Amino acid sequence: MNKETKKPALQRLMDNPWLLLVLGVLIPVISYTMWGWIEITRIPPSPY
Amino acid sequence: MNDQEGNNPERSGAGSGTEYNPPEGELAKVKRGLRSLTGGWRNCDTTGMPVCLDSQFFIRWNAIFAVIFLLIGGIAAILLALTRWETFNLLRTDLFYRVLTLHGLNMLIFWILFFEVAILYFASTTLLNAKLFSRKVGWVSFVLMVVGALMVNWIIFAGEADVLKTSYLPLLAHPAFYLGIILVAVGTLVAVFNFFATVYVARRDRTYEGSVPLVTFGAIAAAIIAVVTLLHGAVAMIPTFTYSMGWTGEPDPLWYRLVWWGLGHQSQQVNVAAMVAVWYMVATLTTGAKPLNETVCRGAFVLYILFINVASAHHLLVEPGMSSTWKIWNTSYVMYLAVLASMVHGFTVPASVEVSMRAKGHVAGIFGWLTAAPWRNPAFSAVVLSLVIFGFIGGITGVTLGTQQINIIAHNTLRIPGHFHATVVGGTTLAFMGLAYYVVPLFFRRDFLWRPLARIQPWIFAGGITLMSFGMSFAGSMGVARRTSDIAPAEEAYGPVVHFFLAMLGIGGVLAVLGLLLFVVLVVATILFGPSNAGRPMKCWGKPAELGANAKATHGRSGDHYTPGTIVLVGIFLAAFVVYYFANWSALADVWPVR
Repeated sequence: MNKETKKPALQRLMDNPWLLLVLGVLIPVISYTMWGWIEITRIPPSPY
Repeated sequence: MNDQEGNNPERSGAGSGTEYNPPEGELAKVKRGLRSLTGGWRNCDTTGMPVCLDSQFFIRWNAIFAVIFLLIGGIAAILLALTRWETFNLLRTDLFYRVLTLHGLNMLIFWILFFEVAILYFASTTLLNAKLFSRKVGWVSFVLMVVGALMVNWIIFAGEADVLKTSYLPLLAHPAFYLGIILVAVGTLVAVFNFFATVYVARRDRTYEGSVPLVTFGAIAAAIIAVVTLLHGAVAMIPTFTYSMGWTGEPDPLWYRLVWWGLGHQSQQVNVAAMVAVWYMVATLTTGAKPLNETVCRGAFVLYILFINVASAHHLLVEPGMSSTWKIWNTSYVMYLAVLASMVHGFTVPASVEVSMRAKGHVAGIFGWLTAAPWRNPAFSAVVLSLVIFGFIGGITGVTLGTQQINIIAHNTLRIPGHFHATVVGGTTLAFMGLAYYVVPLFFRRDFLWRPLARIQPWIFAGGITLMSFGMSFAGSMGVARRTSDIAPAEEAYGPVVHFFLAMLGIGGVLAVLGLLLFVVLVVATILFGPSNAGRPMKCWGKPAELGANAKATHGRSGDHYTPGTIVLVGIFLAAFVVYYFANWSALADVWPVR
């Protein structure tokens, strides 16, 4: 087992900027943008 | 890395972590020595660190344009302060909106983005012992950003974009306004690409050992948040631009607000991450502080990366089209993880300074370390004031106003700018000003002129912003609206006391702008006429005295985690938080009693 594999999962996450980039984009896009966008599309049109 | 001791940041708080980051190895030393003999590099005369000349070029020019846009935004600020101060009521309505648009774009977007790009280039080259990935890419980014920012300023001055920074549809500006913002966003994205490519190449070529330094990690967090921010900016601005050209139909106004705040609020989260990185860096530069626990500090940055961006939902808390589930999830449950991160940083930065000062022998009482801190160093005082204003005013008000129920009594009042002037101006701008007291000597290689004025500049600026923020918050709590200079409804309800708080706003604003102008004068004069420090260390701003072991034995304890002073300060902060939060719920109950 080499030194790299002994690192805890959190340390490996912090040493991987590309994984952080993917997660950092996905979470707000899903939680804020896509969810909000879906809610807006479900607003019924005004009858007036 | 104290500015006179010349240590390397990889050995200090700004450097690599302890668990997996051994001290700088022989390989890196050899590489550094070889690079000093080759073109494109110089060794810093103060720190001994390698400076990539391409990076230095873009750091310099991004910093210069940042200060230019800060000056434009500052001039607009004083006009606005003298308008909201009812005694003067300076600007007529149309000019008020024009100047407010000018102020918002220059202060919240251009000044901040240009300075942040400079920080990204510094963090990915000097701190990683690496060369900038591409000078050409740097040029593309720089030209796009400058052209875009100038285009936006020009069209605002021409009176064709009185739509405020938010530019809510159906308000419509000249197409050049949207195109300019798109160019700035794309240019910044290109700079972020250059940053990530530099980090990638540095890792591939092993220019550093172990994990990246903490300051670089903070810059990575800022860059990731910037990617999300700028993508939202493109999604909101491109269809609005095509609509303004008459090529497509009008985007849905609520959809626009949703996506625009993915740019508008998240851009301020880039600021938060960059500001915290600056806190760590300046704490190290001025007192030799090292983070108490690198893993915890990095973990807090990870919480920023993952959760801080959802806070944009604060701006839609009174939108009837969005569900309470969406609002509460994004502004409470998820966002509080990012608040936790800020509280971690708010503890570890002063705690690391306390540990460093106690190790130097300043162990008398609970606050002996604080009174002996290098207060004559403007970078230190700027960062401490930034931390206090950001936490005590901006942080507490932000979390409180971001609560869905309380937001209903604060939305669109002056309480909101009272909050964000404490975060973005009192927090970020002041921290960046503090860093500039090292950027100019280290990268422009000139020592500051008029140093006594530099020492008081952060205090003037911080005092003004604090006064202004209080004035805004109290006037806002009486119902004075933001985005308009009309105060008639609040005046009718509360009478002269409204004028008192608006005068406080005006006086604070004038004071803050004087502090800003002093900063600009100091920086510009030093760059143009300051004495060169090439070939010698920069002139020291002052550093804490080393009292030695006897003082420790006589007066008290010191140790890696002995921080009673910071614990007391945190207790005061939490008490203030509880009182403010309770007062707001009480105010809500007064407005909306349930019996």
